[in-house]
Amino acid sequence: MELTANRSTCIGSGQCVFTDPDAFDQDDDGIVLVLRPQPSAGDELARATEAVQICPSRSLVLSEQSA
Amino acid sequence: MTTATFSTQRVDPYNPPAEHLRLQREAPVSQVPWRNDTTIWAITKHADVRTVLGDARFSSDRSLPGHPTFAGYTSASKLKNLIEMDPPEHTAQRVRIMGEFTVKKIGLMRPRIEEIVEETIDTMLASGNSADLVEALSLPVPSVVIAELLGVPFEDHALFQENSAMFVEADATPEERVAAMGALKQYIGGLVAARVEQPGDDILSRQLAAGASPEELTGIGFLLLIAGHETTANMISLCVATLLDKPELLQQLRDDPKLIPGAVEELLRYFTIAEIGGLRLATADLEVGGVVIPAGDSVFALCNTANRDPEVFPNPDVIDFTRGARNHVAFGFGPHQCLGQNLARLELEVVLEAVVRRIPTLRFDGSFDDISFKEWGPNYGVYTLPVAW
Ligand code: HEM
Ligand code: SF4
Repeated sequence: MELTANRSTCIGSGQCVFTDPDAFDQDDDGIVLVLRPQPSAGDELARATEAVQICPSRSLVLSEQSA
Repeated sequence: MTTATFSTQRVDPYNPPAEHLRLQREAPVSQVPWRNDTTIWAITKHADVRTVLGDARFSSDRSLPGHPTFAGYTSASKLKNLIEMDPPEHTAQRVRIMGEFTVKKIGLMRPRIEEIVEETIDTMLASGNSADLVEALSLPVPSVVIAELLGVPFEDHALFQENSAMFVEADATPEERVAAMGALKQYIGGLVAARVEQPGDDILSRQLAAGASPEELTGIGFLLLIAGHETTANMISLCVATLLDKPELLQQLRDDPKLIPGAVEELLRYFTIAEIGGLRLATADLEVGGVVIPAGDSVFALCNTANRDPEVFPNPDVIDFTRGARNHVAFGFGPHQCLGQNLARLELEVVLEAVVRRIPTLRFDGSFDDISFKEWGPNYGVYTLPVAW
């Protein structure tokens, strides 16, 4: 799975960083940085899925990886 | 559908008004009577509340005719502030300031917040064997934290604190409140003016450098105080009152302080104190939960009720520190979701940890039934919390 962020809609809540500090960060302006664009199945994917659901601006997307 | 009543009466201090929970079960998107013989759409399911708050076409702009602004609430400034703006105006201001509130930057404040909390508890304990916790702990901690965030010099803390306490003083007259508000706005205006003259390494100077006008910045400083003081104070009081009323929960935190972050998250969900955060005006015909809400109608996304939605939170009325549910809407949802949420979580964690560790004999001075809870209004909380140790 591929995890991407829409940095132009992010409102800097930090909810994703709270969910998984190894997978997300915020730059100096507070905007999301995806540190782990390809979460592996299991725990990483579970936390990425949680972040996608929690993000208040729906800026995170998990999609099938394109070949 | 339209129902006849929209009572905001709470049956007990722990639960949302019964009427709102009934609507959630029976008519989750329904028009109910509102102030001045108008109606408002009450939105009570978690998914629908997120739909409304996540879509800025449900406007936050209180200057729009017909916006269901809560009675008695007047904007702190002639200028609109962040919380009452829509995109793109909102986006520009939010983006300019949100870098100050990242998880990392707020995390750096932990040692200082710990000091503030320790000092506040020292003073409380030195004052005798009993106190009103609201006055002795809940109000001072967030006030000092915001004062320091804004760069208020130490010698002005007392003035800052006295005036900000006045907003929440139960028996303050309207004149006293207006006077306190004026004094604080003037004070923050003075701080901003000083930074214009002589910039430093602080939030106000950085905002000026990023293009904020002094008037805008005075409004933002004031909003941070208004949004971050009483809310956090109310949560501190409600958390402590709950722990004293339910000793088994207190014992869990004593046995395992690592539960504290989970306890904070669960109590945020449970009390969802910002009761009118979800007022919006539909600016287009918009569908919510299968119902089309026509443009021009008022909408009320009831976060408190949404956070008891059994489809999302199994056994929603049980306080469970291990629930691990972070998808609650206690800080709202969508573009306006609380800017200070990471700071609020940190303050609550530090306070609860210190209270549990340092005051093992803490108890009600009287009983739970003696506490005066706030009426349903802008922020739920308690007026006084008499405790002894
Ligand atoms: C437990 C404490 C707190 C609660 C429950 C809370 C709750 C909320 C809620 C529900 C909103 C959204 C309102 C809306 O949708 O119109 C909000 C917005 C906001 N909060 Fe908080 N808040 C808390 C603490 C704080 C603190 C400590 C600060 C700052 C120091 C703060 C600053 C703000 C600001 C600036 C906004 C407006 C954000 C925007 O419009 O983009 N809050 N808060
Ligand atoms: S949760 Fe969403 S809005 Fe918040 S920082 Fe992450 S991407 Fe941005």
